[in-house]
Amino acid sequence: MPAVPRLVLAEDNALLRAGLTQLLEGSGFEVARAVDNAVELDDALLHVDVEGAVLDVRMPPTFTDEGLRAAIAVRARRPGFPVLVLSQYVERLYARELLASGEGAVGYLLKDRVSDVREFVDGVHRVLAGGTVLDPEVVATVMARQRDEPLDRLTAREREVLALMAEGRSNASIGGTLHVTEKAVAKHINSIFAKLDLPVDLEVNRRVQAVLAYLRL
Amino acid sequence: MKPQVRGPRTRPVVVLAPLSAVLLSDRMDGVSDSTPVPAQEAAPPGRLLITGYAAEQVLWLVPLLLGLVLFVVGGVLVVVWVGILLVAAAIPLIRLVTNRQRHIAGRLLGADLPPPYKPIPRGGPLVQLRSVLTDPMTWRDLVWILWAITFGWAISLIVIVLLLAVVTVFFWWFGSYPLLRMRSQVDRVLLTYGSTETLERRVAALTRSRAEAVDHSAAELRRLERDLHDGTQARLVAVSMSLGMAEEQFASDPEAARRTVSEARAATSAAISDLRSVVRGIHPPVLADRGLEGAIRALALDMAVPVEVIGELPGRPPTPVESAVYFAVAECLANSAKHAGHQHAWVELRHEQHLLRVVVGDDGRGGADLARADSVGGTGMRGVMRRLAAFDGTMAVSSPDGGPTIVTLEVPCQLSPVSSLPRTTPSSAPA
Repeated sequence: MPAVPRLVLAEDNALLRAGLTQLLEGSGFEVARAVDNAVELDDALLHVDVEGAVLDVRMPPTFTDEGLRAAIAVRARRPGFPVLVLSQYVERLYARELLASGEGAVGYLLKDRVSDVREFVDGVHRVLAGGTVLDPEVVATVMARQRDEPLDRLTAREREVLALMAEGRSNASIGGTLHVTEKAVAKHINSIFAKLDLPVDLEVNRRVQAVLAYLRL
Repeated sequence: MKPQVRGPRTRPVVVLAPLSAVLLSDRMDGVSDSTPVPAQEAAPPGRLLITGYAAEQVLWLVPLLLGLVLFVVGGVLVVVWVGILLVAAAIPLIRLVTNRQRHIAGRLLGADLPPPYKPIPRGGPLVQLRSVLTDPMTWRDLVWILWAITFGWAISLIVIVLLLAVVTVFFWWFGSYPLLRMRSQVDRVLLTYGSTETLERRVAALTRSRAEAVDHSAAELRRLERDLHDGTQARLVAVSMSLGMAEEQFASDPEAARRTVSEARAATSAAISDLRSVVRGIHPPVLADRGLEGAIRALALDMAVPVEVIGELPGRPPTPVESAVYFAVAECLANSAKHAGHQHAWVELRHEQHLLRVVVGDDGRGGADLARADSVGGTGMRGVMRRLAAFDGTMAVSSPDGGPTIVTLEVPCQLSPVSSLPRTTPSSAPA
């Protein structure tokens, strides 16, 4: 039983790659392979013994969205393979594409979130556990929308809770942010599930589905 | 309500680009926005047909005299308002005849002579009249009338008489074609801009659009400099100061040093965020990743109201065009979000016959006025137009009161094939 989760890391900037490797290995992960381009990444993702990947979006050879394509491709082969995508900028379009398969285990964060080490490591753990972790900036663009079926059925408080869920926060953390008890958060979440007509299923999967509804997928 | 944007435009449209439509119709760069002459029309018309034309030209004498009299009398009486009405009545009549003559001369000379008038702007009758009277072609039309009711008229009459006075049919057989071609050459000189004049106008327009493009990019550089100076640079100075302080504090008060370092980290995040918005302003990364279509889809997703993106581009326009059109669309969508009060907006993309056409519409209250928008909302739209003008692009706004507002952007360009990598749009993403 591998107690230490094995990850693939793809990042073309040598400094950042070394930094991320150090950070991940110091936080209880094993970086099985650290690569700097899309070709090697595809090769690294073929190995079955890795449990997840942390990817940069922009990499050689074309410096566009190789990381994102690789993430979508590997999840087509291995549904639910945990992927955390890092980028210098976030696009809601990309979040949608990553989540389009309907399984969780997806993270999409701005690169500079890495500087908050505890939060970042927490995010990696949550993605490995099948959750979704979206950057607050993606969440903010969704919040800016005025009308959104079926989300206008939710109360303002429920929308706040859902937004924090999309960022991948736990009930306790949501409660802390909104200054309510964990129990109250659970109540809101149940109400959200009911209003969005989400079938009773595993807790994790319902959370993912709620976030997908939130992004209007 | 489903907006109809695909049909031909029926609403009055004002072309707001600094380059007049005339320049685009010159087709100097292989761009055609008027229909080219079909091959079968290239064959010279028969003798009977040209005699028919001659008869027509003889009969046009009456409307021409009427138009001339109306114009001259109107011009004299312009101090009393009725004169303006007479001039306003004369102009459509004159243009009707001259356009017909351009067609006839074009047939005889085997050339395409499109109407060379400046587009008439939207606005009050006086604004329109002013535009018509400042169009040099209006005055050349008058000179042409003097020719067409005297010598020109005589030539056409001779051709008919040669046929009708049976004995001179020999002369008609050999003479009608050279006579009418001669007349048509004079018609062409008077009724169209010659190649030198066309080139002069083209050079003038290019000089203007180049100056505007240079101004625009200088202004952009100034804006960038300001953004970097006031935002990123200032924040980095703050970070550096905090770290310096922390260095001092470590020995005496490690706890305070830790707090200072964490402040420095927050300031770094802010600097990165500033830098990100500067980069977006220069060239949005998604535009580089996904091209114009993908970037507009991403932009549409970020708008507060639903924006539908219709159509696909089979390739990618040149990078500078992509960027200019992207910012134009962003400006249009931002404007309609600010002013239109709409429920729904759409962006339609198309590329045909070397022309990239992007239509941005919304179902809001309409009444968008570029002149007003500029005085109130700054230079956004003006900047967009300048940028498009550098590529011979045009922007037309149709926004009747009550809506819908439709902005049409057109840029002549070629598409290059998309990269070989498969696209990962949501619809094609593997499930």
